[in-house]
Amino acid sequence: MYAGFDTCPEDAFADFHVAVIRESGLLNWMKPRARFYFDGRPSFIPLPVSQSFAMLEWGLNWCVAAHGHQYLIIHAAVIEREGRAAILPGAPGAGKSTLCAGLINRGWRLLSDELALLDLDSGLVCGMCRPVNLKNASIDVIRRFAPHAVMTGPVPDTTKGTIALMRPPEESIAARDAPARPAWIIVPDYSPEASPELVPHDRALAFMLLAEQSFNYDIHGKNGFAAVGRLIDACHCYRFSYSNLEDAVRIFDRLAGGCE
Amino acid sequence: MSGNALITRALLLPSLVTGLSAPEWDLLVRQGRRANLLARLAHRIVEQQLMDRVPPRPRSHLLSALRMADRQSSAMRWEVECILRALAGVDERVILLKGAAYLLSDLPTAKGRTFADVDILVPKQRIAEVESQLMLHGWQGTHHDDYDQHYYRQWMHEIPPMRHVKRGTSIDVHHTVLPESARLKINTALLFQSAIAVPGHGRLYVLAPVDMVLHSATHLFHEGTLDNGLRDLFDLDCLLRHFGAIPDFWEQLVPRAAELGMRRPLYYALRYCSKILNTPIPVEVINELEPGKPAPIISSMMDFCYQRALIPQHHSCSTKGSRLATTFLYIRSHWLRMPFPLLVQHLLRKAMRNSTARAWETLFTPAPEKPEP
Repeated sequence: MYAGFDTCPEDAFADFHVAVIRESGLLNWMKPRARFYFDGRPSFIPLPVSQSFAMLEWGLNWCVAAHGHQYLIIHAAVIEREGRAAILPGAPGAGKSTLCAGLINRGWRLLSDELALLDLDSGLVCGMCRPVNLKNASIDVIRRFAPHAVMTGPVPDTTKGTIALMRPPEESIAARDAPARPAWIIVPDYSPEASPELVPHDRALAFMLLAEQSFNYDIHGKNGFAAVGRLIDACHCYRFSYSNLEDAVRIFDRLAGGCE
Repeated sequence: MSGNALITRALLLPSLVTGLSAPEWDLLVRQGRRANLLARLAHRIVEQQLMDRVPPRPRSHLLSALRMADRQSSAMRWEVECILRALAGVDERVILLKGAAYLLSDLPTAKGRTFADVDILVPKQRIAEVESQLMLHGWQGTHHDDYDQHYYRQWMHEIPPMRHVKRGTSIDVHHTVLPESARLKINTALLFQSAIAVPGHGRLYVLAPVDMVLHSATHLFHEGTLDNGLRDLFDLDCLLRHFGAIPDFWEQLVPRAAELGMRRPLYYALRYCSKILNTPIPVEVINELEPGKPAPIISSMMDFCYQRALIPQHHSCSTKGSRLATTFLYIRSHWLRMPFPLLVQHLLRKAMRNSTARAWETLFTPAPEKPEP
């Protein structure tokens, strides 16, 4: 999953020191479990060894969400095209990871499928371009939609159901340090029968959604309020209902082309 | 001093950070985070106008810690306001202790400090009234187990912590500063008499400077788990440097400690502040504490332990004997907390309950949730 990344040299500064280590003891011999360690200290409860990689990803998300308060952290996917970023916020199940996974296989650059890091001073969004988390039915949807995408095998019975991780495209990984200027806030709304529709979304509702989906909105206080306000002012807000990724690609391409 | 952890050295001499290599920054941030001192360091760096000279990657961690600390300060002020409103009907002074007291008195100790819960002190005869008013305003009791209730109410210096149902914040309501069962008997009435009002907050009080130092010392040197030990030692250092400039502070300190029954904790506080943090302490004060100081063997044992325990709880800082030292101090804290027969009874109760809990845990694998705090 991280083949496109460099390893951190021993003598460099690392943001976080994490490990996933197999638990010892009789119980774990019968039913092997592993645990996430943050800088040498166990965090979270142990999980079955098969979920180790997913646990690493969840653990890293926690590291960022709990320690990255130099940013306003919003629970949203972020993708970019020609210097303009689309922020896709939404509750779990609204289809943001699937939409994001689909679009990054068709020319959009991945910043993040889960954590939008908004720099309060510059108004730019940063991403880490880590693997995309796919859940349940999305796994097969993406497998069919992008047969060449590199994915882990499905891991069943996690707290989020069956999950698989997808490696981001090489171009996204190569550009991972480049932030992007937000241009659109698009609230995805997947429903199996929906016909594709991109409609302007109420700006006040978009504001509330971003604030609600932010992990550290309260920590930033007044500055956080002002930053979300500026973000909304700088973006077009839409709601996007869809049931098919091909439709999504077409509509998002038109959006990026400036037709909307 | 030279054997100190990097975070300790950087806090004592912030200009040190201008010459750090990348791996040293890596270590400094980790030690600071673990010891809950990262925001304090960030604050010192800002104060000395050195932030521009910190490389961008560690800088972002310092800024993050500063944001968090700022937020905790304003949340703490609001929480105190809520408590005062809830206790508006109780005709009694509310004395803030520890972190909340440092913050509301605008002491330098509060700068970049992290806060968890609010600690207040009220006279014992008011406890029931305060507790019921807090309950009426949304705080709920914790530790509903019969034994815990008995343990707190019979032996402790506080009632079981209360948690606000909506905000999730915690308050510890104390009626004195050490457990009732503790070996050291504190003259609590004197603490109440000398408390001073926080300007602009009605019935809100904090302990007088000398008492604040003595309470901080007593608290730290009765503590069994020293996860925040180094942070608390820095609190003491900061209080001593700040109050040390007040006329009479040093003259009052030892006599007051004797009056309250806190000579021994004061002795340790001054000893380790000066040994580890180089806190300036007048020689007369050291001499005043000479009579009644621990026997040489006890003293060297305590040196061994505290010099190994008052460090960041990070693997880069552990040395030979740290494990032994923390275990010893843990046992010592229980020893100080209650008489031996009671201690045996208490530990047996706890051991039995923990082993049942562990058995249940292995039977059912609980669902993964948030990390441990």
